[in-house]
Order: sequence, then structure tokens, then C-alpha cells
Amino acid sequence: MSNHLLSIVLFTPLAGMLILLLIPAAQKNLIRIWANVAAFAGFLVSLPLWVHFDRGNGGFQMVERGDWIPALGVKYNIGIDGVSLLLVLLTTLTGFIAILSSWNAVDRHEKSYYAMFLLQQTGMIGVFVALDFFLFYVFWEVVLIPMYFIIGVWGGPRKLYAAIKFFMYTLAGSVLMLLGILTLYFEHFNQFNFYTFEISELLKLNLPLGIQQWVFWAFFIGFAIKVPMFPFHTWLPDAHVEAPTAGSVILASVLLKMGTYGFIRFSLPLLPNASIDPWIVQTMAVLSIVAIIYGALVSLMQEDWKKLVAYSSVSHLGFCTLGIFSLNPNGIAGSVLQQINHGISTGMLFLIVGVVYERRHTRLIRDYGGLAHVMPNFAFIFAFAMLSSAGLPLLNGFIGEFTILQGAFEASRTWAAFAVTGVVLGAAYLLWVYQRTMLGQITNAKNRLLPDLSLREWAVFLPFMAWALWIGIYPKPYFDVLEKPVAQLVERVRPGYFEAQAARAQAALIDSGKETTLR
Amino acid sequence: MNFLDSIWLIPLFPLFGAVVMLLMGRRLDPQPASPVAVASGVGDAPDAHGHGHGERHASAHDAAPGHGHEAHHGAGSRALVSLLCPGMVLLSLIFTIGAVAQLAATSERVHQVIKYTWITGLPFQLQDGSLARFGADLGFLLDPLSAVMTLVVTFVGFLIHVYSIGYMGHETGYYRFFAYMNLFVFFMLTLVLANNYLLLFVGWEGVGLCSYLLIGFYFHKKSAGDAGKKAFVVNRIGDAGFIVGMLLMFSVVGTVRFVDVNQAFGGMSPETGFGVLSAMALLLFIGATGKSAQVPLYTWLPDAMEGPTPVSALIHAATMVTAGVYMVARSNVLYQLTPETSGIVAAIGAFTAILAASIALVQNDIKRVLAYSTVSQLGFMFMAAGVGAYWVAIFHLYTHAFFKALLFLGSGSVIHAMSGEQDIRRMGGLKDKIPITHWTMFVASLAIAGIPGLAGFFSKDEILWQAWSSPLGSKAVWAVGTVTAFMTAFYMWRLMYLTFYGRSRVAPEVAAHVHESPATMTVPLTILAAGSALAGWIGVPKLWTMFGDGFRTFEHWLEPVFASGAAHAAAAAHGEAHHDTSIEWLLMGLSVLIALLGIVLARYLYSVNTAAPDAIQRASGPLYGVLSNKWYVDEIYDFLFINGLSKGGGRVLSRFDNRIVDGGVNGAGWMTRLAATVSGFWDTWVVDGSIRLLAFGVKVASYPMRLLQSGYVQSYAFVIVVGVAVALGYYLTR
Repeated sequence: MSNHLLSIVLFTPLAGMLILLLIPAAQKNLIRIWANVAAFAGFLVSLPLWVHFDRGNGGFQMVERGDWIPALGVKYNIGIDGVSLLLVLLTTLTGFIAILSSWNAVDRHEKSYYAMFLLQQTGMIGVFVALDFFLFYVFWEVVLIPMYFIIGVWGGPRKLYAAIKFFMYTLAGSVLMLLGILTLYFEHFNQFNFYTFEISELLKLNLPLGIQQWVFWAFFIGFAIKVPMFPFHTWLPDAHVEAPTAGSVILASVLLKMGTYGFIRFSLPLLPNASIDPWIVQTMAVLSIVAIIYGALVSLMQEDWKKLVAYSSVSHLGFCTLGIFSLNPNGIAGSVLQQINHGISTGMLFLIVGVVYERRHTRLIRDYGGLAHVMPNFAFIFAFAMLSSAGLPLLNGFIGEFTILQGAFEASRTWAAFAVTGVVLGAAYLLWVYQRTMLGQITNAKNRLLPDLSLREWAVFLPFMAWALWIGIYPKPYFDVLEKPVAQLVERVRPGYFEAQAARAQAALIDSGKETTLR
Repeated sequence: MNFLDSIWLIPLFPLFGAVVMLLMGRRLDPQPASPVAVASGVGDAPDAHGHGHGERHASAHDAAPGHGHEAHHGAGSRALVSLLCPGMVLLSLIFTIGAVAQLAATSERVHQVIKYTWITGLPFQLQDGSLARFGADLGFLLDPLSAVMTLVVTFVGFLIHVYSIGYMGHETGYYRFFAYMNLFVFFMLTLVLANNYLLLFVGWEGVGLCSYLLIGFYFHKKSAGDAGKKAFVVNRIGDAGFIVGMLLMFSVVGTVRFVDVNQAFGGMSPETGFGVLSAMALLLFIGATGKSAQVPLYTWLPDAMEGPTPVSALIHAATMVTAGVYMVARSNVLYQLTPETSGIVAAIGAFTAILAASIALVQNDIKRVLAYSTVSQLGFMFMAAGVGAYWVAIFHLYTHAFFKALLFLGSGSVIHAMSGEQDIRRMGGLKDKIPITHWTMFVASLAIAGIPGLAGFFSKDEILWQAWSSPLGSKAVWAVGTVTAFMTAFYMWRLMYLTFYGRSRVAPEVAAHVHESPATMTVPLTILAAGSALAGWIGVPKLWTMFGDGFRTFEHWLEPVFASGAAHAAAAAHGEAHHDTSIEWLLMGLSVLIALLGIVLARYLYSVNTAAPDAIQRASGPLYGVLSNKWYVDEIYDFLFINGLSKGGGRVLSRFDNRIVDGGVNGAGWMTRLAATVSGFWDTWVVDGSIRLLAFGVKVASYPMRLLQSGYVQSYAFVIVVGVAVALGYYLTR
């Protein structure tokens, strides 16, 4: 049983969905309860992953491997390393929270709604555990469809525009990515004479730089749209604004991470020479830094609360991609950690908008103001989420940002100098929206009677808050999980990083005749 | 009891208080129903913003209490709050005293307690190519420097907590106030006791957060929200510099633990020119300019006066704003290696001192005068640090904590008595109505003016002397300092004369209620007044040889921290070689003289010839406007950075995002649809059209044939018969 643990984690939501389909659509409460039970079960079964994970192993663990489509060389091959582990846990927890948060928010087609969410859970977990490129691609596309319907059916006024934009934009990227995958597939056949999509096999490829660059850009389009990196980000504000709260939460917390995960899992190790190509690295860094500053400035001037949070995602994800292309241990580990942190803090921020949207049905910032008078608990939660997002020490965001800045600094001091402005601007747009919505007098009579958080709403926020505190106060377990896989990745992209540096340092010390007091 | 190994408990006591308040505060201190509040979902849950302010404060133009509040109910359980929160700070104070006493008994005077490793980063490639991990302990360091800081924080902190019991007694959100105050003390103690830069930064950011929360305590007021936000964001600019400076330090020496950093720097010789060490020191100093309100990041501090007055006293005068000075002093080994940056520190300090003092000359809000005075005094401290006299910087920090906390608390007592009035033009003649407040503030004002014997004299005089005589100092810095000292004496005594002496200008309805504050407020005032009078006697000038070494304890106590650096040795040699006592006596006399002059001038203008100030104001023309508008720095910053760079940039980029970036996407969508329409047209009329045309042609061409193919057998038979007949005829007639 335990050697199928990963498959169980992967298919629990799907099984939950299949059972859900048996419940008559009129049994609305039963549907709700079952969806929550299934999502919670999905979270519970994922916890043993954290316990049984071998921190000393940099490779893939809990691997399951079997034939799927032998004629094409497609395998059912799944497994996790530290990076996937954290993202899977983020997915299972966020999935549960998103479903719990929908209790009152959704009042039509409940059955299809919850079915879509559960289906999407399996899709997202699949993306993070697939070790076969074909399988990965299938899950990647599976995720697209439920989100399309979630936005398109349960969304806001411009839901069709947003849903179609989301779908077409991402699909366009996916198709280019597919071309890249197929290039690797056929190149592998040329070199080894058998067809396979398995990552472990594709890693053995020896590709000329030209092809690597070509495939890198193909992957880049696919992943950059998903992240989204500047300038491929404009589907995001529309999708977020129109999506129902739970959809936004999943979108921000998990879906975007599929793009950054793609860079870490595929672009870097499969195309190591392209990934350290100076021109490519510079481009990635510049796009990331532009995203950090641009996203923050655009966020500052938004009048729509949800759009503001959406643009803040662009800024935060800029940190994540900057970390990846710092191509050193701290940059990459910080990026993964920040992906989790962004999931937590931005997930909370979207839930926060959802809480008042449910009460007032407006997202315009100017419709609020002074809410702290009537919703003190809510004001506390919002302050917490804001500080977590702004990177206040002892909360999660600081650890991620600071680790990324370490990586960026190591790669280039200029990058770090530019990226650190995000720390200032982040505080600016968050504090401003907090002031405009929570502080001051209540200017709108409709806000005078808003009820504070219910018990269920507390339950939605508490897991995220606990997690934020844990990472902020004691991040060591996360570095332990990430250290080996990240080291392996850096070694793959920059062979000899760990030995050569030490040797060079030794030489430098001897050369300059400096004492060891420097250490 | 071993207090030395328990120093990690010192910050934890107030943290405990803060957590208890946040979790159970509303049960201990039930909040009156707000005019706008209704039953909330969960009554006893954590709460950052107690409700209940409503619109009651809306009319009060200030942040002071005692202004039309209804009597508070539930006072019984409120006593628990009043007991617990100040009590926690008292516990910290007791543990600090114990630990410092035990530290004094040790020979090396450095004690480090490392609880566990908080952060271990992954391998990082240092400047020289070797790998190291960015590690930070949850570790605490008690040495003479942190001992002074911890004593100041816990002692003044405790007194201000006691004072707040009286001052905040009428306020709603009482428990919330104490929760934030205790949280602040926790972070401040973390800051000064941390054994590494990263943990210091935790405290650094944490006090910033508490400052934000407390400035915005009256959060129903827009000005309070604005001021809190401004403080946080401006501080963040400094913090960004601090972060990069910290990373640069790590990449050079491979550690951020103070002891190891100092050891690494200890072996180096001072940098010539502006190199990597100077950059590092400058980046850290940028952090200090934010936290300690120096040019160019000082503008948040005057606005921070929106917070309740005890907050101004504790955070924005005595403790938090001095964190930058502490950090520079803590990094003294680095600054001693970087004469270029030290010069910048001294210059910024001097410039800030005189700029802020010039603004303070004409302010009319009692708290704003004190706020600019604080900015100015912090400039003095940086002046000292910049010329390499670190112990003097800390000495001034320590004396300033007494008299400036006292001045703020005294002003709070005045505001309390005046039912919230803060404009000194509407005061006057309060001397006998609130005598304790008057006498304590009298002492503090003499102290800050630099009257010999009182605390401020010793530290300020030493700063001026060091500015003159230190190898890093200059006559220019000394001159600026001296002029500033004159302005200081003047603006403080202007405030005193307008507030306490002369004829009363108090509004009649206010005058009826003027009363001395309760004992919880006056006792702390008295204790601080004693401190302002006597605290300087542990740092008397070397010149006063009639006093023994015991009167110079302060310098000796700090010697182990500051005597290790390279520059210090040079300075000491220099100082011994050229010690000319006659100049020192002369300068000391001069500084006393200008202090007296300032006071006398203030007395003349605001007590003797009260028509003169208006005449001067008219005569000085635009200068007065420039000063009272604070050199328009806020307006310039707003124009350039807030509305220009941030909001303007954000607006332009939003439009760019909508029209160009998203326009591109929608354009691509539109192009796709256009292409689809064209294709549809092409497909219908050209591709399919040509097929249909062909078909039509065939149809037309085949029409005659179709006519033949009628399907009637008889016509076929007829054609056959005719055909046969024609054929037959042809053959027959041949």
C-alpha cells in the first residue's frame, strides 16, 4: 500500500469526484459536505509524503513506473523530489481551503462546480509528480479545462471573455511547448533508437546548443505564459477578476506555480547549456526584474481590489523567476520557498477579497473604508496576510524574498539592487489598500452592518496563518527538503559549482596570503 | 540566579504580555459598543483593531485623550491589563539589571547565548569564490554596548508603560494599546540583544511594524493612517539599503555574527578611497537614515506624532529612532575602516541637526517642536559617530533618552491638562496650574539646552569637542553643531515660555478644566527629571580633573567595544599628543555661553518684548514661510516620488498595460478573428467558389447534353430510328 502512496495522493480527488457524480444534483448539502470530505481526505493522504520523505536523497522518490502507451513509449511514471513535495502539499492544502471557502459563495450548479475542483486537484498534483513528459503534458492540459469552466460558468460579468482569453492564451503556449517536447522525443530516438518521454531518459540526451536554445524558447513560451512573466501576464488580471474566489485562490496559489515548476523541472536540467547561455539568462533576469517593479507599480494604481492582488502576483512571481535564473542554490531554493509563500499569502489575500465580496458584491476599493470598525477580526487577518505578503521578518514572505535576494546578489549585485525595490513598493501598495479599505471612517452606509468572520471563515484562514508562521519562525525543515535536489540541479546546470569554487577559494587564500581570519 | 545565561528571557516577557493581550485582551478590557459595530461572528478571537472609536474622535483635532469620552466600564478587569503589561517590562528590567551586574563582574565583558540556529541558508559563493552558508542564530549578545541599550529600553520603557496607565486610562482600545507597546518592547529588545545582523533586522522591522500600528492607533483618523503608512514605507527604503548592505557584508566576510564580523574586520587596515567596505558601510547607514530619521529619510518622524504621546516618547524619541545610532556604533569596527563613509555620516548628521533645528524654531504644535528636536538631536549622535567618537554617540543617546522622553511625557501631561490642545500659541501661564509638569519639563529643557551639570551638557559638549578635535572631525562640523546648539536652546525655551510663562492665552472653556495629571503620570515624570539632572555625571569631561575616574565610568564601560578598531588607536594617539586644555576650556565656555544666549533670547522675545516675534516674522519675509513650511521638503518629495514616480509611474504603466501589452493580446485575438473572417470569405467565395464555378461551368456545358438525356424512351427510339435511317441512307447512297 505504502509504495503506491503517491498514486493514492494523485487519485484521491478524482475518486472523490467520481463518487460526487453519483449524488443527485438536488442534494446540495450532501454535495457540499462530500466535496469537503473528499478534499480534506486528499490533504490528509498527502501528509505522509512529508513524513516518509528522505531528505538525504536528491533524486526522485516514491517512484511508480508502469507502461501506459507502449507503442509510443509513454509510461505512467511518477515520483517526487523536494521541489515537487512542497508543491504537492501546497496543492492539497489549498484545494481543501478553496473548496471550504466556496460553501456559501456558490449557489448554482453546485455539483458540477465541486466536480470541476476535484478534477482539477488531480490534474495539478499530476503536473507536479509526473516524470514522463507525455504524462506531464496530459495533466497540464487537464488542469486547463476545469479552470476554463470555473471562470466561464461561475465567474463575474465578463466571465466569457476572461475564460476564453485564459484558455486560448495558455493553450497557445502549451502547443509551442508540445513542439519542444516532440523535438526532444525525436532527438532521443535519433540518438538512442527508441522512443521515450521519460525525464530520466531525456536527461541523457546530448544536444547541440542551437537545438537547446530553440527548445528553451519553445518551453519558455509555455511556462512564461503560465507563470505569468512580463509581458505575457495580461490574461491573469482578467482571469482573477472574473473568477469566483475559490478559483482565484487555486489560480494564484497553485496554477501559476506550474510555470515556475516547469522551468525548474524541465528547462534547467534538460537544457543546461541553453540555461546558462548569458543572453538567455540576462533576458530572463531583466524580464523578472521588470515584472517585480512593473507589477508593483501597476498594482499601486488599481481601483479594483482583486486586480490589485492579481498584479501583486506578477510582482511576486518576478522574484520567483529571478531566483531560478540566478542559477545558484539560494536562488532556486528561495524561489521554491517563495512559490509556497506566495501561495499562502496571495491565497489569503484573495480569500480576504472574497469575504467582503460575498457580503457586498463589489470589488471596488472605494466602496469600502473603515471596515476595521465593524470587522475587527477580519482586519486582523488582513493585516496578517498583508505583512506576510510584504515580507515582514518572522513571517514566511521574508524568508523567501531574502533567500532569493541572496541568490540574486550572488549572481549579480545589480540584479539584487533592482529587485530590492520590490520590497519597498510591495509595502506601499499593500499598506495603501489596507488603509483605503480597513482604516478611516466608514463612508459607505452599506458597510455599517457587515458581520465579522464566521467560524467557517476562520477555519479557512487558520491553516494558512499557521503555515506562514511556521515558515517564518523555523524555516529549516524547508531548506532541509530542498537542499539536495537543488544542489543536484545546480550541479547539472553548472557542473563543478561546488568543488571548483572551494578549490578556487583555497587557491585565492594561498595566493593573497591572507589569514584564515577572513572566514 | 544566573541572569547572564537568561538574557534570552528579557525580550520574551513583553512578548508574553503582547500575546496574552491579543488573545484575551478584549475579555479583560471589554470594549464599549461602537456606534457602528454590531455583533461579530466570533467575540473572543484575536483582534488587531478593537472597535469602538466610531466618530467620537472625529472632532478632536489632536490625538490626545481625556476629550469627551464617556466613563469606561469594566475597569476592574482592566486593572489586570495595567498590571500585566508594565509588569512584564519591569521583569525585563530586573533581569537586565541582574545580567548587567553579572556582566560587570566578568573579565571579558562579552556574553553570548545562542539558543538555536534560526536560518541556515544554502551554499553561497562569496566574493573570493569560496562557499559559505548564510547562517543566523537565534542568539543574544550582552556586552557593554547592548547593556546600555537594554537598560535604557527597559528602564524608560517601564516608566512610559506606567505613565500610559494614566494617560490612556480614558481610551477605548486600552488593551490594544498595551498589546502593541509590549510587542514593541519585545522587538526593541530583540534588536539590541541580537548577536547577528539578521536577527537585529528582525527587531528592526518589528519595531517598524509596531511604530506603524501605534502611529495609526487612532485609525479612524485619515491623518493617522497616512502617517503610519508614511513611516512604514519610508523606513522600508532604508531597510532595502540595509538588506543589500547585509548581503554585501556576508559576501565579503562570510558571516553576519557581530563577534565574527568584527574579528574579520579587525585584521584589515582602513580603506583608502571609496571601496567595497565603504559601500557596505554606506548601505547600512542608509538603513540608519530611515530608522533614525536622518536626511533624506527624516520626513516620517514629525508626522509620526499622530500617535498617542507615550508612543512618541518611547518609540519616536527614546528608543526606536536611536536604533540607527546603535547599529552604526555596533558596526564601529567597519566604520573605522571606512573614513569616506564616516565623513558622510558626520556630514549627514550635522546637516540633519541644523535643518531640523531650523524648522523647530517656528513650529507651533508642542509635539512637532519636540519631533524636530528629536531629529536634530539624532543628527548630533550621528555627528559623534561620524567623527569616530562612538562612545559619545551612545552617551548622548543615553542622556537624550531621559530628557527627551521626559519632554514628550511632559508635553503629554500638558495636552492632557489642556483637554487636547496642542498649539503653544493657545497656552501660556500654566506654570502654577500644573506645577509638577512644569518643574520636570524645566529641568529637561535646561538639560537639552546644555546648562552645565545637567545630563545634556555633558554629552553635547563632548560631541562638540570631538567634532573639533578628532582626526575625522572638522571645524565645519563643530561650527554647525555649535549653531545648532544655540538654536536648540532657543526653540526649547521658546516652547517653555509660550507654554508655562507669561499671560495665559488659554481658551476660557479649556482653562476651567486645567488640572495636574494623576500620580501614575507625575511619578514617571519626576523620576525622569532626576535622570535628566544626574545621568550625565558618569561622563564628565576629561578636563574636569577634580573629579575622579569614577565620574568617567561611561567611557570606560564602553571601551572594550570601541577600543578595538584601527582608527581608535590613531585617534587616541592623536588626542594625547595634541591635548591643549586651553582650547577645550574655551570651547566649553563658548558652548555654555550660546546655551545661555539662546535661553535669554527666547525669554526676551516671548516673555519681555512679546511684540518682537511678529515684527521679526514680518521682517524676515519669505524665510519664515520657508521654515514654517519645513523647507517644502514634504511637498517636493510628494511631487517627485509619491505623485511622480510611484503614482504617476503606476498610472502610466497601468495605461501601458491596458493599451499596449493587453492591447497586443486583444489585438492578436482580433487579428485571429479577422483572419478567420477573411478565411471564411475566401473559403466560401474563392476556394469553394472555384469549385462551384467549375461545377457551374460543367453544368452549363452539359446543358445541351442534358437536353438530350430526357429519359423518354420514345424519343430515344426516335433518335435511334433517325440515326439508323441516316446511316443507312449514307451507305446506300455511296
